[in-house]
Amino acid sequence: MSDTVDYQLSRNTYGRLVFTNKSGPQEDVVPVRSFPITNPDQGIALIDSHGHELVWIERLIDLPEDYRVLIEAELANREFMPEIKRLLKVSGFITPSTWQAETDRGEVTFILKGEEDIRRLTTSSLMITDSHGIHFLIRDRLALDRHSRKLLDHFL
Amino acid sequence: MQQTLHSSLDKLSLIWSGELSSQLTDDESVLAWIEIDLNTQLHFAEGLVAVTNKRLLAKMANDGAWQEWRYQQGLSLTQRDHAGVGCLELFDAHTRLAYWRYRLGNDTAANRFIECFRQQLDYQLTGKLPLATHTQAQCPNCAALLSADQDECPVCDKQNHAPPSTWTLLRLWRFAKPYKGRLLIGFLLTLCSTAATLVPPYLTMPLMDNVLIPYQNGQPINTDLVKLYLSGLLGAAVLAWMLGWARTYMLALVSERIGADLRTTTYEHLLNLSQEYFGGKRTGDLMARIGAETDRINLFLSLHLLDFATDVIMIGMTALILVSINPWLALVTLAPLPVIAWLIHLVRDRLRIGFEKVDRIWAEVNNVLADTIPGIRVVKAFAQEKREAARFHAANQRNLHINDRVNRVWSLFTPTVTLMTEIGLLIVWVFGIWQISKDEITVGVLTAFLAYIGRFYIRLDSMSRIVSITQKAAAGTKRIFDILDHVSSVPESANPVHLPTVQGRIELRNVGFRYGTRSITRDINLVINPGEMIGLVGHSGSGKSTLVNLICRFYDVTEGTILIDGHDIRTLPIAEYRKHIGLVLQEPFLFYGTIAENIAYGKPDATPSEIVSAARAAHAHEFILRLPHGYDSLVGERGQALSGGERQRISIARALLINPRILILDEATSSVDTTTEKDIQKALDNLVRGRTTIAIAHRLSTLREANRLIVLDRGRIVEIGNHAELMAREGYYYRLYQAQARNVDTEDRAFVSVVEHSAAGELK
Repeated sequence: MSDTVDYQLSRNTYGRLVFTNKSGPQEDVVPVRSFPITNPDQGIALIDSHGHELVWIERLIDLPEDYRVLIEAELANREFMPEIKRLLKVSGFITPSTWQAETDRGEVTFILKGEEDIRRLTTSSLMITDSHGIHFLIRDRLALDRHSRKLLDHFL
Repeated sequence: MQQTLHSSLDKLSLIWSGELSSQLTDDESVLAWIEIDLNTQLHFAEGLVAVTNKRLLAKMANDGAWQEWRYQQGLSLTQRDHAGVGCLELFDAHTRLAYWRYRLGNDTAANRFIECFRQQLDYQLTGKLPLATHTQAQCPNCAALLSADQDECPVCDKQNHAPPSTWTLLRLWRFAKPYKGRLLIGFLLTLCSTAATLVPPYLTMPLMDNVLIPYQNGQPINTDLVKLYLSGLLGAAVLAWMLGWARTYMLALVSERIGADLRTTTYEHLLNLSQEYFGGKRTGDLMARIGAETDRINLFLSLHLLDFATDVIMIGMTALILVSINPWLALVTLAPLPVIAWLIHLVRDRLRIGFEKVDRIWAEVNNVLADTIPGIRVVKAFAQEKREAARFHAANQRNLHINDRVNRVWSLFTPTVTLMTEIGLLIVWVFGIWQISKDEITVGVLTAFLAYIGRFYIRLDSMSRIVSITQKAAAGTKRIFDILDHVSSVPESANPVHLPTVQGRIELRNVGFRYGTRSITRDINLVINPGEMIGLVGHSGSGKSTLVNLICRFYDVTEGTILIDGHDIRTLPIAEYRKHIGLVLQEPFLFYGTIAENIAYGKPDATPSEIVSAARAAHAHEFILRLPHGYDSLVGERGQALSGGERQRISIARALLINPRILILDEATSSVDTTTEKDIQKALDNLVRGRTTIAIAHRLSTLREANRLIVLDRGRIVEIGNHAELMAREGYYYRLYQAQARNVDTEDRAFVSVVEHSAAGELK
């Protein structure tokens, strides 16, 4: 049953997803992960422009290949949670401080407003919110290099 | 135009301005630009998009050439954002031509950029020059209206993220300053008392050389001399005791006052911070800062800093005395001092970080408590005591772990200093004996030296403790100054406009508000006339409460302005402005105190008859009289239990008493049942009369009285009109009303017997 879905999905020339089912086409459809941090692959919902859920996708794997690609591309386009791989420099151990870090999306400089913006997700993973509200993820702080760990340690 | 080009290109980084100007044709000028910091795959990259009077230009840093789009029919530029990342999109009639991503720091710039693009497009297509819409000065960054005398935008100013200086402890001087005189006396007393304590070792020298050594060599003891020296010893001891008492008392007195000032100032400052600050902090942490941290600083000032100062003075004086007795021996005695100072310095950083960690972990432990104790009913109801205990245990465990790590360094510290002391003494013995053997010094001198440096090193040992204590105090000071340095995100205007009376005309111009990365409301334009009653309607999350919070100035708008009687509310003194507003909330908060005190909260000098008439108007008078102590009954935490409706009527009386021109009812009747609601409604009718009223209500039926209903959906106004008009329009409100009518229906049916209910269900 995994390949049968009772709706169509396409991308229009404006670069938006279009969802079509029995009641007609819906433009501007957005895929949303239910557990973006703890379990990104579980439970993805397609939401219309009014914020109503159109369809619930338990696992992306269950979708036909082309739809899965569409949704993954759209998710990649929406999601922005750079993962910090290395801390290069921290302007000071007193907040607010400016951090220079290497992420999976390139090098970046951001401002940490306060220590409370570092949130513990699990014992080893952290989420850092910068002054503009962008979330940076540290998946495993124990796996960082020594220098990064030392810098980070000041704030924990 | 040339003027704007120069001023705008000035701020642009050199590389870009060079590249950009090389692209421009002769009569082309750059009107606006925005720096892009992400590429389309959402990787960090640099780029630039610019609007000129001919076209739109764009380039990413690693692109080869500039892309350009000339103005033509059907072109449009829009902006949207999600999770902190903005997206600027360029469309023509059929397709998306290009898009750029950026982090939201640039958001306001992006909006201005789009505005500029639209104006140019309009001009190119129709030939109409854009109208100069704003006569008032605007902030170039966020487009907030500035009053004539404001040079810097108060909105942008607060986004300054410079870290505070490291020498936080010195900043306590601000609080010590008023006590300068007493501090000076304390200091002089310290000098004298320290000097007095240094007399006894000095007297051991003649006591040894002139009395004991001659006696050993067969001479009788000179009793007069002994009496003289011993009475000197006694006198010095008594003098030191008296002086010590005086200075300790004096300085403790001062430090206690400094601590109290610090606490009060911090609390006062905290109260003036915006709602936003309280939203982002946890109660336990804030309470710990004001309570425990100020106490720690206090203790530091009154005890440890005093001791340290005494020690420094003592070391200085001792050094002087030692040098005056015998420079060579003094040199040897003092030699270990730099080593110890170095050792102290070495450990300082390590310990400071450790103690900051300990502090943070303490706050965490407190937070667990602050989370759980108020929610104890939920914890018990779901039988999660074990889980909460485990959470506390885990926080405590982390506390232990970190303390262990700090203590590892710390525990090494004191024994090392002691070892240094012993070694130092050993060196003095060796050198002293050698000098005695050469007849360079007497036995008395060596005894005096040993007596001095015995004290000396003991002090060094306790001085080494000051390192950790200073660090702790510095960490505490930093946390206090974190609060004090926090500029309210709702800043008080530098040149406030005073409005003694207001008419109650409220105008919202292009109001937008963003909380973190979520854009909550945008483009709200609304004029509320004096005396009008407005109902705000919409699903939860549509921005109703946000709008009310903005009007109350609990938050400041991120875009646009809110005007009251034509004045920007940001130019009015906050407290004065809020005096004109009466607020009735969904969950009325009663402070611990009597009912009369609670009603008079906004106007503490109200007479009893005023209080009673307010209570009467709020339909609270009768139930208050039924309470055992009438208006003197205690309510609030640990006080008399009141029902939701009763509490609500007290809060209505509270709002009535200050007689505000503007009234805000935020879901004032939603937490009570329908019968109580009718009582409250009657009270509200009295309250609303003649005032500009903004009401939020979940039950649409309660808003029928409103002159106009504003229907909000996802932060925008979708419909405006009175109940009948909106029903006739059969739009958003109509659907909302219908959906609710159905709900009310089922709610009523719930009272009907089950059989009937299911029968009715089948009929449908």
